[in-house]
Amino acid sequence: MFTLIGNVFKNLRSKYATRLYPYEVRESFAGSRGKLEIDPDICIYCGICAKRCPANAIAVTRKPDKTWTLDPYRCIVCSYCIDVCPKKCLHMNAKHRSPE
Amino acid sequence: MAKNTIIPFGPQHPVLPEPIQLRLVLDEERVVSAIPVVGYVHRGLEKLAEQKDFLQDTYLIERICGICSFIHSLTYSMGIESMMGLTPPPRAQYLRVIWSELHRMHSHLLAVGLLADAFGFENLFMQLWRTREHIMDAMEATTGARVMLGTCCPGGVRKDIDPELLKFILTTLVTVEKEMDEQMPVLLNDYSVKQRLCGVGILDKQTAYERGAVGPTARASGIAMDLRTHGYAAYGELAVEPMVETDGDCYARTKVRVRELYQSISIIRKAIGQIPAGPINVPFKTKPDGEVIMRAEQPRGEVLYYLKGNGSDMLERLRVRTPTFANIPPVLAMLAGCELADVGVIVISIDPCISCTER
Repeated sequence: MFTLIGNVFKNLRSKYATRLYPYEVRESFAGSRGKLEIDPDICIYCGICAKRCPANAIAVTRKPDKTWTLDPYRCIVCSYCIDVCPKKCLHMNAKHRSPE
Repeated sequence: MAKNTIIPFGPQHPVLPEPIQLRLVLDEERVVSAIPVVGYVHRGLEKLAEQKDFLQDTYLIERICGICSFIHSLTYSMGIESMMGLTPPPRAQYLRVIWSELHRMHSHLLAVGLLADAFGFENLFMQLWRTREHIMDAMEATTGARVMLGTCCPGGVRKDIDPELLKFILTTLVTVEKEMDEQMPVLLNDYSVKQRLCGVGILDKQTAYERGAVGPTARASGIAMDLRTHGYAAYGELAVEPMVETDGDCYARTKVRVRELYQSISIIRKAIGQIPAGPINVPFKTKPDGEVIMRAEQPRGEVLYYLKGNGSDMLERLRVRTPTFANIPPVLAMLAGCELADVGVIVISIDPCISCTER
């Protein structure tokens, strides 16, 4: 009995295991998959990312206007689109999408 | 003659992390039998997988389970590779082992944590989950995600782990082992924990065998069954021994998980020590054709995949038999004759994953 009592006193002396989020935000690791971003200057709007996306989260149009849209609620952040992009214009931002 | 009462246990119950209903047939406080009712989180993923191409399926398959996702994609990838006659490079095989074992560790820490919560030991639950966070960090640092790693694909893996990150995994393991050395004696030796676990929910070896128990549930009943001993991925070079206990009660199942946690640490260390250099995937242009059954050891037991391809991008059929599905008949045997107050602990002791079961 009372086998965890030492741990209780240790926890009273040690710092918190949790953070006061949102005031203190946890830093992501380098290479973390946070949110998908595009560099529109390099994109050729070929639509391969939209075709390959497992969640159908990307829509690409060429006519009348060249558009690339991402539905962030459908995106599963797998980064498959980044792998298949022929121009490498997609990249993952390590920071997660914020609520606004 | 006393009249039996039927009370519903679940689908929403404080000890259940996921919805499943057990209709308990009670004689006073004693459970006579239990009737399982599943179907609360069915998502139709098997049908959806037939409408996506086989590479997209890799990411869909991962989402069958939020705990052992990597091993789902690993088993699926091994099935596709077997259909297409591909052999992933040795480095990819070792990386698969490292991520599989990290997944096993975080799953087992989650399971024993939930068990501690089920018998009311909240402090221990918090400590175990705090330790689990280190593993989640190691997974995020190496793959970019905490649970849905998305790194396994047919032909190998998508991402390499550089030497610095391999060192980071090793330092994480040192921290985890140190914390586990403090927590595990509490889980295994504490008087009140033993009162709740020892002799509760006994499943003897014969019943476990007859009812098709898998994973820690089978091993705790004395069945030495661990698919890692068959040597898929790089397990053949890492000499894995099944962790077997013979008592068959909730305590034995917990002990198997604790021993497997330490075993996973040594497997990861050995894998990192032996990992060869080289490519991490093989290119391919073929499409899956034919039928295959592929099995792998998940934290909860054996998962079985049936894949049928027809030479096109889409699979004709995908069928998954998950370990919790196999462990439901054994848990019904454990519940027969137990006290009502022990039902929560017994159900959690098999580490049920309902989303897996229902897909």
